[in-house]
Amino acid sequence: MASDRIDVRHVAKLARLALTESEVLRYGSQLAGLLTFVDELRGLDTEHVGATAQVVESRNVTRPDVVGPCLSREDALAGAPQAQNGFFRVPKIIAAAE
Amino acid sequence: MISERSSVPPADAAAKYEAVIGIECHVELKTASKMFCGCPNAFGGEPNTQVCPVCLALPGALPVPNAAAIEHMIRAGLAFDCAIPAFSKFDRKNYFYPDMPKDYQISQYDMPLTQGGVVRYWLADGTLRECRLTRIHLEEDTGKSTHAGSGDGRIAGSTYSLVDFNRAGVPLMECVSDPDIRSADEAVAFLDALKRTFVQLGISDVKMEEGSLRCDANVSLRLRGAAEYGTKTEIKNMNSFRSVHRAIQSEIERQTGLLERGERIIQETRGWDEAGGVTHSMRSKEKAHDYRYFPDPDLVPMEIDAATVERVRAALPELPIARYERYVDAYKLSVAQATQLVDNASLAEYFDRAVDSAKSPAGVLNFVLGDLSRLANESGIEVAHSKVTPEALAELVALTDAKTINSKVAKDVLVRLWNDGGSAKAIVQADGLAQVSDPAAVGAFVDAALAANPKSVADFAAGKENALKFLIGQVMKASRGTANPALVETVLRDRMR
Amino acid sequence: MSADDLLFTSGARAIARSVNRRERSAADIAEAVRVALPERDRDLGAYLTLTPDLMRQHARRVDERIAAGETLPLAGVPVAIKDNMCLRGTRTTCGSKMLENWIAPYTATAVGRLLAAGALPIGKTNMDEFAMGSSCENSALRTTRNPYDFDRVPGGSSGGSAAAVGAELATLALGSDTGGSIREPAAFCNVVGFKPTYGRVSRYGLIAFASSLDQIGPFARTVEDAALAYDAIAGYDPLDATSLNAPNEPTADALRTDLRGMRVGIVKEFGTADLGPAIHAAYAQAYADLAALGAELVEVELPTAKYGLATYYLIAPAECSSNLARFDGVRYGLRVDGADVGEMYEKTRAAGFGDEVKRRILIGTYALSSGYYDAYYVKAQKARTAIADDFKRAFARCDLIASPAASTPAFTFNAKSDPVAMYLMDYYTIPVSLAGLPALSVPCGAVVPEDGTRPMPLGLQLAAPLFSERLLLGAAHAYERATQHALKLPRPQIAKAP
Ligand SMILES: [Zn+2]
Repeated sequence: MASDRIDVRHVAKLARLALTESEVLRYGSQLAGLLTFVDELRGLDTEHVGATAQVVESRNVTRPDVVGPCLSREDALAGAPQAQNGFFRVPKIIAAAE
Repeated sequence: MISERSSVPPADAAAKYEAVIGIECHVELKTASKMFCGCPNAFGGEPNTQVCPVCLALPGALPVPNAAAIEHMIRAGLAFDCAIPAFSKFDRKNYFYPDMPKDYQISQYDMPLTQGGVVRYWLADGTLRECRLTRIHLEEDTGKSTHAGSGDGRIAGSTYSLVDFNRAGVPLMECVSDPDIRSADEAVAFLDALKRTFVQLGISDVKMEEGSLRCDANVSLRLRGAAEYGTKTEIKNMNSFRSVHRAIQSEIERQTGLLERGERIIQETRGWDEAGGVTHSMRSKEKAHDYRYFPDPDLVPMEIDAATVERVRAALPELPIARYERYVDAYKLSVAQATQLVDNASLAEYFDRAVDSAKSPAGVLNFVLGDLSRLANESGIEVAHSKVTPEALAELVALTDAKTINSKVAKDVLVRLWNDGGSAKAIVQADGLAQVSDPAAVGAFVDAALAANPKSVADFAAGKENALKFLIGQVMKASRGTANPALVETVLRDRMR
Repeated sequence: MSADDLLFTSGARAIARSVNRRERSAADIAEAVRVALPERDRDLGAYLTLTPDLMRQHARRVDERIAAGETLPLAGVPVAIKDNMCLRGTRTTCGSKMLENWIAPYTATAVGRLLAAGALPIGKTNMDEFAMGSSCENSALRTTRNPYDFDRVPGGSSGGSAAAVGAELATLALGSDTGGSIREPAAFCNVVGFKPTYGRVSRYGLIAFASSLDQIGPFARTVEDAALAYDAIAGYDPLDATSLNAPNEPTADALRTDLRGMRVGIVKEFGTADLGPAIHAAYAQAYADLAALGAELVEVELPTAKYGLATYYLIAPAECSSNLARFDGVRYGLRVDGADVGEMYEKTRAAGFGDEVKRRILIGTYALSSGYYDAYYVKAQKARTAIADDFKRAFARCDLIASPAASTPAFTFNAKSDPVAMYLMDYYTIPVSLAGLPALSVPCGAVVPEDGTRPMPLGLQLAAPLFSERLLLGAAHAYERATQHALKLPRPQIAKAP
């Protein structure tokens, strides 16, 4: 039943997580269990209830269009796994990456 | 990558089908700072020098929207009669790409800042057209990847890429049109309308060469008169208005060819190959994207009240389409003249002020599009910033129209106004440049010229018409251009009869 | 007890007073902490990173400011910071291999405010990876033990901060609470843990787990100290669009000594009978103590509270799946190379994230994905509204709601291998989080677990209406003052038994 409910491989692809075969099985059954657990929500009638994205109801929070400080390039690149000539360097991009 | 070079179908085949085109374009907004952080919104800095924790998506950093960008959107919406919904929000569009720092883009999904609307525009022959808008929404730009290792900077064959996040987080508006466009010419005219309107509103510079306007097109064909749409393709990678025109034209021809051969159009994304002049299929993974849009929990909704909308509306300048129609309808300018003026807002404003004083659109237009524009080009100084005030120009036009000065003198006076400023009337008066139309005064100049040039008099008598022109020139020179040229000729002919 | 021991057992108010009066310098305190801390934390494992140099720098600055005539609310108070808050120049790991060596180039607003108030940063504390967990066992970097029984967990996700304060390795600590991550470990470690109203404390620089729920709050050994810390960190921050732009309401002067005139709601659906007779009796006593202080106990109903866990385990993972996308090996953190960018992403994220994080990313991705969005994510958002509405109705009948802070006292390592069993620990805290309410856990007694020999602390959760921090801390102080449960347990352990 587990794998019927959730296509773990597809979801992992969307989330960009490489999974081993055993992880696919393990997560598959755990996630199916979790979905069964959250299925209890079906018992709650929400027909006349709005959705809450933010619990505190602020509106129109903006900043003035004013330039502030940037990071130094050293700081910006300090954590980079790979940098080159001031750029972040990444392995080749294939179109499918989009 | 599959390239199909389309042979141009015969004209009757082209006449059989009607193109149905929709445009989606991304326009970078002109603001001081980025959409969600205080980094400068500026083109061309050293890589990764205009970044901060927010636009670099460092762990823990949070976005706060730029108020000016939101107001720009309302301006854009009102310019095209869009609805400005009372409630709007930001959503996250989730997908991974190396130049997108958060691996999601803050965008707007189901509640954009503007909905509907219509872009009115004109074609080169003066035909007016309308294209409905689906929506304009606000989002953030990505960084830029440079593909390296292959030598030609293209993605294919590259072995690694270099990423610069200076552009990441620049405010971007996405305009989506309905499929109301029917030709490549119309598509470009539509984009011109967007461009001149955004520039006029001051919300974007629309510099395609800097990537501040990027555009995709949906193209399909149907038999003329048919109600249903055909299968469409989406064309990407068009980086100038010219390439938009060429790409759409090429795609129309390709689809016409396929239909004429009885083949099917495949719904797909096609890239425009500028060098090859063809579109090519970009199908790689056909699996549809699953962007998992959801409301961005880091941001709160926007409520735009009617008072805000009215405040913004009241501050809108005259829009290009309104100005165009005024020039063509009221001032009887040609399409080309009106377009030229509308596309140069400061010149158009100058023109309007001069016309207000001179009450002679045609006279002002001659100077504005003629000698003044030439002087501006030569000097690199905009007409509006030159020493020639619209009032001075109006005087000059009035003097010319009243034949107080002739056109030759007018040109000279204009140059003096350009160099030194001042009043046209004052110059004409001080230097005695008013046209001399008194037959006695002109006669004196003529007599002097005849006496000094007996050979020309003889030539004229022998039937050489050119000799008359020479004599007129001599008279004009002697009178410093003030003599009324028509009167000069009359008196000359009379004296030599 | 040595002078240093006295330092570690002192409260924040007492330390700040002595430093402000120049009876003791911040530099002396920093030095004492620097010398003692590594040894004291060796077995407990509360800290991931110690910051002795930074602590010294701050101590010097505090002494200078006091010499210049300033009075600082937290002068010289040694504090611990959960390792999901950025501190410029300091390793900030989130308890993950993904960020094991990442040095933050900026400082979180709440941390900056705490230090500006005179606090001295001891270091960064252990946590469940990316704040996902209830035991601290999901840390990829260290094991933190419960100072009341080394065989037991300190709770989570802010386990390191709770253990540090509980074991007297810090006077105050910052934690973050998404579904109970301050209140549950506070209960486990015999300390006060306070989650303010969502939006009261800036999240800028707090590494996001679930943005609509995350909230920073303090750990302290007394309610008074928690109030002091909260007052230092709370308030509007223009860098956080969800931070409340409302005038700050200091709480330190709102502490009360009785509960007369106050109605305390006991939630019908939060019965304790199922938790075993000893725990049941402890909470019955706690409610009776509230009544003895003058509170009127009223039964209130939260019929939708039972949907809290299901709601939370859709909303929080959905947000986390997106928040954690940025850990992609491009700009910072771990990278595992691949033939192309896509492969690099997948390998990096597979190696960098632990089990629980992956599970939540997967379930969250699923809940947002095409075809399931309405059935799961939108449904959960609606359930969230229903739960918040239930609290509003309940608060029409009472001023505060009292309940357990956690379903059990601290459990042994590896006791909860089933994810859902672990999730149940937060049964009482999660609905409160979904409603964004301010809530805290205050020690309310102890029980000897069936599988243990030592008494383990319990926490009483008090929750209040939105923005009612003054009311909440005031009442909690009255309860704490009357019961003194925290002091009834034996001294905490800081080293393994010989
Ligand atoms: Zn920035």
